[in-house]
Amino acid sequence: MLDKVHQVSGLEANGGPGSYGLNGYLSHLDRLEAESIHIMREVVAEAAKPVMLYSIGKDSAVMVDLAMRAFHPAKPPFPLLHVDTTWKFREMYAFRDRITAELGLDLLVYVNQEGVAMGVGPFTHGSEVHTDVMKTQALKQALDQYGFDVAFGGARRDEERSRAKERIFSFRTAQHTWDPKNQRPELWRLFNARKRKGESIRVFPLSNWTELDVWLYIYRRQIPIVPLYLAAERPVVERDGTLIMVDDDRMPLQNGEQPAMRKVRFRTLGCYPLTGAIESNADTLPAIIQEMLLTTSSERQGRVIDHDSSASMERKKREGYF
Amino acid sequence: MSTLSDADRSGRIESGPSDIAELLAAHEHKSLLRMLLCGSVDDGKSTLIGRLLYETQALYTDQLAALEADSRRSGTQGDELDFALLTDGLAAEREQGITIDVAYRHFSTERRHFIVADAPGHEQYTRNMVTGASTADCAVILIDARKGVLRQTRRHSYLVSMLGIPHVVVAVNKMDQVDYSQERFAEIERDYLDVTERIKLQDVTCIPVSALRGENVLVHGERTPWYQGPSLMEYLENIEVERSMIGSPFRMPVQWVNRASSDFRGFAGTVVSGAVRPGDEIVVAPSGSRSRVERIVTQDGDLPVAIAGQAVTLTLGEEIDASRGDVIAASDEPPGVTDLIQATIVWMHQEPMLRGRSYLIRVGSRTATATVAPLKYKLNVDSLEHVAATKLELNEIGVCDLELSAPVAFDPYRENRDTGAFILIDRITNETVGAGMIEFALRRAQNIRWQEVAVDRSARAAAMHQIPCVLWLTGLSGAGKSTIANRVEAELHRRGHHTYMLDGDNVRHGLNRDLGFTDADRVENIRRVAEVAKLMMDAGLIVLVSFISPFRSERQMARALFDDGHFFEVFVDAPLAVAEQRDPKGLYKKARRGELRHFTGIDSPYEAPDNPEIRLDTSSLSALDASTAVLELLEGRGVLPPGS
Ligand SMILES: Nc1nc2c(ncn2[C@@H]2O[C@H](COP(=O)(O)OP(=O)(O)O)[C@@H](O)[C@H]2O)c(=O)[nH]1
Repeated sequence: MLDKVHQVSGLEANGGPGSYGLNGYLSHLDRLEAESIHIMREVVAEAAKPVMLYSIGKDSAVMVDLAMRAFHPAKPPFPLLHVDTTWKFREMYAFRDRITAELGLDLLVYVNQEGVAMGVGPFTHGSEVHTDVMKTQALKQALDQYGFDVAFGGARRDEERSRAKERIFSFRTAQHTWDPKNQRPELWRLFNARKRKGESIRVFPLSNWTELDVWLYIYRRQIPIVPLYLAAERPVVERDGTLIMVDDDRMPLQNGEQPAMRKVRFRTLGCYPLTGAIESNADTLPAIIQEMLLTTSSERQGRVIDHDSSASMERKKREGYF
Repeated sequence: MSTLSDADRSGRIESGPSDIAELLAAHEHKSLLRMLLCGSVDDGKSTLIGRLLYETQALYTDQLAALEADSRRSGTQGDELDFALLTDGLAAEREQGITIDVAYRHFSTERRHFIVADAPGHEQYTRNMVTGASTADCAVILIDARKGVLRQTRRHSYLVSMLGIPHVVVAVNKMDQVDYSQERFAEIERDYLDVTERIKLQDVTCIPVSALRGENVLVHGERTPWYQGPSLMEYLENIEVERSMIGSPFRMPVQWVNRASSDFRGFAGTVVSGAVRPGDEIVVAPSGSRSRVERIVTQDGDLPVAIAGQAVTLTLGEEIDASRGDVIAASDEPPGVTDLIQATIVWMHQEPMLRGRSYLIRVGSRTATATVAPLKYKLNVDSLEHVAATKLELNEIGVCDLELSAPVAFDPYRENRDTGAFILIDRITNETVGAGMIEFALRRAQNIRWQEVAVDRSARAAAMHQIPCVLWLTGLSGAGKSTIANRVEAELHRRGHHTYMLDGDNVRHGLNRDLGFTDADRVENIRRVAEVAKLMMDAGLIVLVSFISPFRSERQMARALFDDGHFFEVFVDAPLAVAEQRDPKGLYKKARRGELRHFTGIDSPYEAPDNPEIRLDTSSLSALDASTAVLELLEGRGVLPPGS
């Protein structure tokens, strides 16, 4: 038995990113990657009709890359679903269409047409209503309409306090509600994906990743990301201390407001009116990672909707928010 | 420590932008340590986690500002930061009634990334700790220096040993409260080594710390000059974990078969132990077919070797059959294959584990049915004594045999955590109700083999000119089961069929004379009756079973014994009020007076069927209509020839 160890550790590392395992042990990122792939394969083996929620952001980019790896040489045996609030950055839409075409993946786009008909948007209805109608309700409608029983999501436990205890497999009733009192313990590598008719599961393969891990992995694998993550001159206005990019002419300018060009980037991407930019010169991946390492504020600060407490996050989740 | 200068917090990067490449390389090679933190209330768990997060700069300014403000407000630590407040979010959640089995926290040093499993909750402690321990490489056990080794310390240590966590570090905390006394530390260390004698922990290290003052947490403090060992962090950064499973025999449970094209058939899974290379001889368990590894396929190209922890796809030389649930293993060191195991089980659900009940079992990627044989004993986790028991309650640990519906590949848990661990799943609610560790396989008692018989069921049935089946009547006492069963049987008899009726009361006078009405006995009662019904059906009879059979899972178990189309669940439904009013045997009155315990409907539950083959509402149907409906059902399903 011992000689096996020596044989393995005696192998030369071939250097460079992604040489995993060859120097006799798996690095932190290797282990995270393997765990996520394991989770995805479990789902595909157990689910009747899985889907991957695709938000176009960096976490989705990593999830899609992992899915390509998990099922190689086959294509991931599930479609991507983008629940479109119609208020994403224009660059996000362009990126989405390009990447899914390049990878040859099935993309479903779902828009809550009732919401559109009612003219729901962040400027007219506020972030709460907009998010509820165009995101939470839309997601439920989409899952029901297509009959998906398992949906992958890119949430991570380090994102905020109420996620620290969220399971990797999170069960939802037929009404899509989350019952935090009734979650299954997860032991070893054994996931229990059994459910009754009508129930569904949200699965978070990136649960154990941190924001830094996500960036390191994007760098290691050279995963394409929406350019908005990199610093560039962009037209922004400052509102309540948050820098909002003026991405199209749907954005009503307030008295005296004048978009100014500033060098900014985004740490997280969502609906453009609800996503704060940060001033930065980091226009390469290494520069972003370096800024990350120096940064002293948490990622969600840039999200307007998360400024409420973690208890309200809890509530949102129970109601079916992802 | 009370205020933060920027210098304190700049440790994360000591270099300018030119070193970014180096920095990325360092991160690229960081290893991962998953650790479990155990301690009783007030030993300083939150303080220690807070300290670790703080000193490794895992906290952001917004979190720190909140911490400083909270510390000032609560004033427990004077001017200093009260790290315990950092993780107190959990307390609030507990008040909201949310079950938190384990919370996971992250921090990083230059060499390693750490994931800490923090299992709070006191009532639920065993369940939570076992969950956190199942994936841990290392356990940190906290002891309060003033209190020394307590009952809880023993309990935690026992669980850590049971779950096979290879490395244990004992942090003797609050050393500041005992004047950093070397004698006190030595005394605790001795006491603890006594504990480990009995529970066989292998690698144990004791470290004197003060989580509050930071002594020996990250770096060596000045107040314990007598202590020569590593600080807690030095210890955690240096234990060897990555290679621990590489030296074991190769195992890969097959998760999914990849058929990317008509000429590609790959077996996808995670290598859980050992290493594998193209050309290696492998065996597929449980089938035993042998082959050779052809390629290790990944998106980066084929690998020359895959090691424990990697998720890969293997193709095999000769076309052999393998599917989800199988284990691909080293052919010279194959895993065991068995359908009868002895295991240690930790119960995780409100509903106790009952002997004779069957659950779904997941071992590796295999799902089978497991029937619980009588418990050998349960464990008192404080005294480690064996206690006789008939059932296992939430948070209890017991040892028993499990009979599996199909052979599975396994290794004893102490040799391989991945192929030796399992979970038990309730067949009705689908909840995870138990976790277990396989100790060893048993040979079937007396080697019972099915006798090959020349005259089989269809031969016997043909001789009787009928299709045998089972009618399972369930419902409250007084709902009308016996009345309907009697009428149906009489009519079948009139039509020339061969029947037999198993009635609850009658069976309890003979075969099941030894059983009472506790939940455990009810389960056994039904198990025996179902088996008898099966033998009778095998003999060619149409069997009528008339039993309250209040639990869904037992009816499910009974149903599983029969082929589709031979088992008819007849739900004889009457509202409790109606049944109670009928009270043909005066039992409800007795139960109401408290003279009868465990009476279904009164102080013992009745779980109505979800999908019976037929439901008879006897508050509106006459006995004649009800029995006619049953006969029509059998005719409709082709069991009886049309109305005669
Ligand atoms: N003197 C002293 N007090 C400590 C130390 N560690 C924790 N405490 C105090 O012990 C109490 C309980 O600590 P806490 O971290 O909340 O314990 P937990 O219940 O295990 O999470 C708090 O008042 C802490 O400030 C220590 O090393 N020295």
